[in-house]
Amino acid sequence: MRRVKLHDIVNARAGDKGNRLNLAVVCRDPSDYAAVASALTAECVAQIFAARKPSKIVRYDLPKLAAFNFVLDDVLEGGVNSSLGLDGHGKSLSFLLLDAEIEIAGSK
Amino acid sequence: MTSRVYIGGAAGFAGDRTDAAGPLVEALAQADGRRFLMFETLAERTLALSQLERRRDPSRGYNPALDRFITPILARCLEEQIRIVGNFGAANPKAAALRIQTIAREQGLRPPRIAVVEGDDLSGVLGAQELAARETGGAILRGASDIVAANVYLGAQPIAEALDRGADIVVTGRVVDSALALGPLAHAFGWRWDDWDRLAAGTLAGHLLECGAQITGGYFADPGVKDVPGLAEVGYPLAEIDANGAIVIGKPDGTGGRVDRQTVIEQILYEIHDPEAYLVPDVVLDLSNVTVEELGHNRVRIIGARGHPAPETLKATVCVDAGVLGEVEISYAGPNAAARARLAAEIIRDRLGKRAPDFKFRIDAVGVTSILTDDDGALRGTWGTASDVRLRFAARGAKPEDVRILLDEVEALYCAGPAGGAGVRRHVTPRLASASCLIERRFARSSVSMIEAPA
Repeated sequence: MRRVKLHDIVNARAGDKGNRLNLAVVCRDPSDYAAVASALTAECVAQIFAARKPSKIVRYDLPKLAAFNFVLDDVLEGGVNSSLGLDGHGKSLSFLLLDAEIEIAGSK
Repeated sequence: MTSRVYIGGAAGFAGDRTDAAGPLVEALAQADGRRFLMFETLAERTLALSQLERRRDPSRGYNPALDRFITPILARCLEEQIRIVGNFGAANPKAAALRIQTIAREQGLRPPRIAVVEGDDLSGVLGAQELAARETGGAILRGASDIVAANVYLGAQPIAEALDRGADIVVTGRVVDSALALGPLAHAFGWRWDDWDRLAAGTLAGHLLECGAQITGGYFADPGVKDVPGLAEVGYPLAEIDANGAIVIGKPDGTGGRVDRQTVIEQILYEIHDPEAYLVPDVVLDLSNVTVEELGHNRVRIIGARGHPAPETLKATVCVDAGVLGEVEISYAGPNAAARARLAAEIIRDRLGKRAPDFKFRIDAVGVTSILTDDDGALRGTWGTASDVRLRFAARGAKPEDVRILLDEVEALYCAGPAGGAGVRRHVTPRLASASCLIERRFARSSVSMIEAPA
């Protein structure tokens, strides 16, 4: 096992719809897909976003793209509609994810 | 039979670059096939702002940048038979069409055939209570009486019809963004409206084009990790689609940016929820079998979109007045700046806590933590030793007077707060809230009309 920062092995892009955030996560090297799939669970993402108090997190798997789509409900403080923060769209939140570390199999 | 269709994605939002279309038009002029240029300029709230503009001036209410988008490329597009499809009509597509006629006349061009797609506006069709009853995923409309804008997302059929009728330019209000590409494709290839896999492929093409540079290196660059050459002059996407719905995304020669597996996959999943069920008016797009293949030279092939029958209901966006956002900022810099900023924040908390105990507000410290934290500052850790901190305070209210206490208290820190407080700026911004509704199809009465050139 090795400990890696997500920023070192995956790309991420944030998108919003109302108070719901989606995070597309793409393995930079498709051969990391299985390892990331077992480590970066919805529960793991729930911990990373604990301060945002998501009401629900779903992970969708796209093995043909070596990618995942995480959908996080109620993490945008009301979204552009009512957030007091500077980033009502949550566009920067992909980098909250990328700052986290996971344990993955292998010894690259 | 047309073997290839080329579509340039010239804009991804109302404030997008107005010089992005130029290189696309030159590339389209060289392409051998049917050529289209699409402009997506209508985010959720943009239409409501346009509606307010139209109320003030009935000849306005279309995208305020329309002139700057159209003026540089209109002559070349008419000359090269590159047809333009845009939702820059916003709340007043007819007025936008008339404005384009005027631009053509001023440039001494032949009068373009312009089609206007309408029927998305639900005002006068459904009342506030009827809309509230159809709201999904929230209760923004409960009890709301003053609807600023209510528009249903139309699909690609009226756009295809407008092109079938010979339009050089199609101006729409609210249509689903991807329809700006599916309409031209269905028109050019004669796709049937129950040919679900091809409709899905056309929807995917539109989805990949609708955010402009987000597929060519924009919203992607991360120096040292994801480098993008020439981002300052990034090229906007050019899609090449065949009759079976295979898509190749590229960009104009000589422009910056990059198109590869990584940029394309990020955009495939942008703002997607269930990848097996992306709902648009014409089809349900299933992305689970999609694959991408790098062809080299900034070209990527995307195939495998599958389609399922169109949804029964249509989505509508309804905007209501949501009061104001009040914001005020002050800076501290140099030795001990973080401690002085922290003292300033504590003074505001203390004074408002005593004088307006129910008043809720948010504090950010730009340079320490301002973006990833939430309204309660749950992520806020130590203030550290930052030597350049901008404090930002924000609150919401029904009217400007409701947030004045915060703005006044922060401004008073100039004389009565910590040393060196500088650069106060205060803003009160009107706010719109948008809600999503699901509407029965019978309420969407789309229509296509041709705008005749004035005599």
